[in-house]
Amino acid sequence: MEKFGFAIRETRTIDFEQFDERLLEYVLSYEPSFRVCLSCGGCTATCSAGNLIDFNIRKMNLLIRRGETEGLEKEINKCMLCGKCVLVCPRGINIRNVIMLIKKGIVLFNTSGKSDQRYYCHA
Amino acid sequence: MINIVAIGGGIAGIEVSSLLSGLGYEVTLLEKNSELGGKLQNYDALFPNFRPASDIKEYIFNKCKNNGFDIQTNTEIIDIARKNGKFLIRAKNNETFRADAVVITTGFDFFDARKKEEYGYKIYENVLTSVDLEEKFKRKEKIRTANGKIPERIAFIHCVGSRDEKSGNHYCSKVCCITGVKQAIELSEQLPETEIYCFYMDLRMYGQGYEELYRSAQENYNIQFIRGRLSEASENMDESLLIKAEDTLSGRPLKMNVDLLILLVGMEPSAGTSCLGKSCKLEFDNSGFIKTKDPHTQRNYSTEKGIFLAGTCSSPMSVNDTIENARSAAMEIHNYFQAID
Repeated sequence: MEKFGFAIRETRTIDFEQFDERLLEYVLSYEPSFRVCLSCGGCTATCSAGNLIDFNIRKMNLLIRRGETEGLEKEINKCMLCGKCVLVCPRGINIRNVIMLIKKGIVLFNTSGKSDQRYYCHA
Repeated sequence: MINIVAIGGGIAGIEVSSLLSGLGYEVTLLEKNSELGGKLQNYDALFPNFRPASDIKEYIFNKCKNNGFDIQTNTEIIDIARKNGKFLIRAKNNETFRADAVVITTGFDFFDARKKEEYGYKIYENVLTSVDLEEKFKRKEKIRTANGKIPERIAFIHCVGSRDEKSGNHYCSKVCCITGVKQAIELSEQLPETEIYCFYMDLRMYGQGYEELYRSAQENYNIQFIRGRLSEASENMDESLLIKAEDTLSGRPLKMNVDLLILLVGMEPSAGTSCLGKSCKLEFDNSGFIKTKDPHTQRNYSTEKGIFLAGTCSSPMSVNDTIENARSAAMEIHNYFQAID
């Protein structure tokens, strides 16, 4: 039988009371320059991967800074580590190192158990 | 002897009076309060280098002592009229002053945050303005919530009464951004365990050293900047505040509980500025500040001959902008009288 009726959707609100800080603190402890991001989007504009597929490194980094890590593992593997973002960053953030630390952090804290891609993909 | 009257004894009034008096003019400085110094009296430390505001106070007060101009406090001016080529300046107590030129230095008032009712100022106890906070710093008070708790999380709200047509002020007050950064750093130094967030629409770090201070806030004090305007604040059972905004950079709504909410209030033309301007038929900008004759080349001239402007009666300014603007006013007035002779 087909499913029908109402369903309860999870809220889209970023809730600071549910902030999972572990990954953010881990990245910041090894790459403190990550703090000074302005969200200017220079990294995203130059990103080799982002020019071909749906990958927004600026937004990904922002969501980590808001404690939102759902779907991160799949997302971060889109990065090819070419390093162009590091070249253009006006605040001199070592973004490639941020990416490497996120990858390590995901293993360490097993943070992206859920595979919810809602906030990373526009599709 | 040429007589000049400056109305308003804040930074601009004192600076312009002392310079004109040094140039040989007979100057009278009129102040409605019992003390000179204006808003500077309530400041603790100045951006971008945290120097004590008392340094600047000392600097301008020394000028009062060392330059022979007349100071009249408790003198509120209500009317400026022209009579036989002279200005007739009338005070509330019916005292009158005559002058060949007038400098308006009546300055600004802070936006009354109660008008932005949805932010809860004077409704919820844990909502303060940047002015309240600065006064607490000045009194060396420990920053606590209304019930005496150490705040765990504090949010600053930028552009309260600025860039907001709903509050009646569409313009940018210029100095609140950097004031927020300065106060956030001061709070973080006092309360290193407290999380501090700044909600902004744009961050306008226009002055020398401002951008560096903003970067330092992020880098050394871990202050978080979130791009989005607060929609509303509501009080929780424990008197903390639930605030809602959009995190516009991720395109998602956001909510957080904060123990203290600080509203960075903007600048408006002061009641004196509006009232005096009207009495002598000056033109006003659509922001309500007094209109200058030319926004680039004649910033100290009002639209009426012989009436000059110095300081924040013509637009929002920082302390150092005000000092410079007052100095240029003195030079312009001097040029004006040289040309007449």
